Amino acid sequence: MEKRITINPLLWIWLPATLIVLAFGYREAIFISPAEASMGDVFRIFFYHVPNASLALIPPYINLAGSLAYLFWRNTNPLRAQAADAVAIAAAEVTLLLTTIGLVTGMMWARPIWGIWWTWDERLTTYLLLWLLYVSYILLRRLSSSGQVYTLAAVLSIFAAVDVPITFMSIRWWRTQHPGPVLTSGQVDNSMHPAIFWNLAGWAMWTAMALYLRFILERRRQAASTLHELEYLGRSLEVEEVHGY
Amino acid sequence: MNYARQVLIHLRKDLRLEWRTKDSINGMLFFTLLVVVVFSLAFDPTAYPSIARQISGGLLWVGLLFASITALNQSWTRELRNRVLDVHRLSPAPASAFFTGKALANFLFVTGVEVVLAPVFVVFYNLHPLGQVSLLLLIMPLGTWALVVNGTFFAALSLRTRNRELLLPLVLLPISAPALLAMIQATTAVLTGDSEPALWIKLLVAYNVVFTTLCVLLFDLVLRED
Repeated sequence: MEKRITINPLLWIWLPATLIVLAFGYREAIFISPAEASMGDVFRIFFYHVPNASLALIPPYINLAGSLAYLFWRNTNPLRAQAADAVAIAAAEVTLLLTTIGLVTGMMWARPIWGIWWTWDERLTTYLLLWLLYVSYILLRRLSSSGQVYTLAAVLSIFAAVDVPITFMSIRWWRTQHPGPVLTSGQVDNSMHPAIFWNLAGWAMWTAMALYLRFILERRRQAASTLHELEYLGRSLEVEEVHGY
Repeated sequence: MNYARQVLIHLRKDLRLEWRTKDSINGMLFFTLLVVVVFSLAFDPTAYPSIARQISGGLLWVGLLFASITALNQSWTRELRNRVLDVHRLSPAPASAFFTGKALANFLFVTGVEVVLAPVFVVFYNLHPLGQVSLLLLIMPLGTWALVVNGTFFAALSLRTRNRELLLPLVLLPISAPALLAMIQATTAVLTGDSEPALWIKLLVAYNVVFTTLCVLLFDLVLRED
C-alpha cells in the first residue's frame, strides 16, 4: 500500500483538449447554428440537453460491469475487486450527474415550448426513474457499514441494470409526448449538424474525464482507509505486546 | 432432503411464528384500512363514482405497498433475535430455499390482507367495476408477488445497514416502479372497463419471472455476506 495512486499525465493533454472542443461546440451552438424555424433561440438548449441525456445511458453499463467484476474477483483477487468497485461507484455518480443535467435542461426547454415544467410522458418518466434508481444505489452505499457495502451495492446494481430496460418498455407502452429521437429521424437541418457533433464530442470527453477523476478519488479513499486500518491493527498489536497477552 | 421440502419447512416455520403473534397481519390490516380512510378525506369517493373507479386501483396498491413494507422489515428482524440468522448462514441448506419460504409466507400474509380488505374497499369507495372482475383474481396475486418477492429480498439486503427501516422503501420503490405501473394500470382497466388489461398482465408475468429468478440466484450472496 506504499504505492501512491497517481493521475495519468495524459490528463494534462486531455483536459485542455476537452475545453477546446467544448468552446468550439459553444461557438457553433450559440453563434453559428441558425435559430430553429418554430422555436427560435430556445432550441439552442437542445445542443446541451441531447448530448448529456444520451451519454447518461452509457455509465449504467459501466456500473454493471464494475459490479459484476467485483462479485467475480471478491474472493480470489480482493485488490482487483476493490478497483472494480471504484469503477462502479464512479459510474453511478456520473450517471446521476448526467441524468440531472438532462432533466434540468429538458425542463428549461419544456417551460417555453410546452408551457409546463414537467409532464409524465415516456422519456421524462424513464429518466426520472433512472435517476431515482441510481440515487437509491448511492444511498445504499451511504447507509451500509463498510464491510458489506461492496457486495450489497453490487447486487443492487444488477437489479437496477435489469430494471432499466423493463422500465423503458413499460413507460413506452404507457404514454408518450416527448419528441422522437431527433438525431436519427432526419428532422434536424444540416446546418445544425456541426453544433450537435462538437457538443456531443465535447461532453463525451468531459464525461470520460469525470469518470476517470472520480475513479482516482475513490482509489485514493480506499488506499487511505486501508492505511488507517493497518495503523489501527499495528497499534492494537503493540498494546497486546505491552500487556503480554 | 429435497429442495421443495426445505422450502416447505421454512414456510411452515414462518406461518407458525405469525400464527402465534399475528403481529404483521394485524399491523398490515389496520395500516391499509387507515390508508383507505385517509384517502377518502382527500376526495369524496361516493359523490364521484367515475373518479373513484379511476383512482381506487392506485389507492389500493399504494396502501398495500406501504403496509407490506412495514411487515417485510419485521419478517427479517425476527431472525436477528438469538442470532438465528447466523445459524441459517452456517447451515448447509441452500440459502434460496430460506428466501423462497419467507417470500411465500409474506405472499400469503399480504394475500390474506387483500382478501379481508377488498370487500371493505368496495363498500367504502362505492365501487361498481365496469370491466371483467374475474381478471382481478389473476392481477391481485401477480401484483402481490411482484411486491413481495423484491420486498423480501431488499429487506434482507438492508438488514445489516444503518437505518434499515428507512432504506427498504428507498431501494424497493424505484426497482418496483414498472411492476407498480403494470398492477395499477391493470386494476384500473378492470375497474373502469375502458381498456384491456392483457398487456399489463403480461408485463407483470414477465417482471415476476425475471425478478424471482434474480432474487433466488443472488440471495446466497446477500445472506452469506459478513
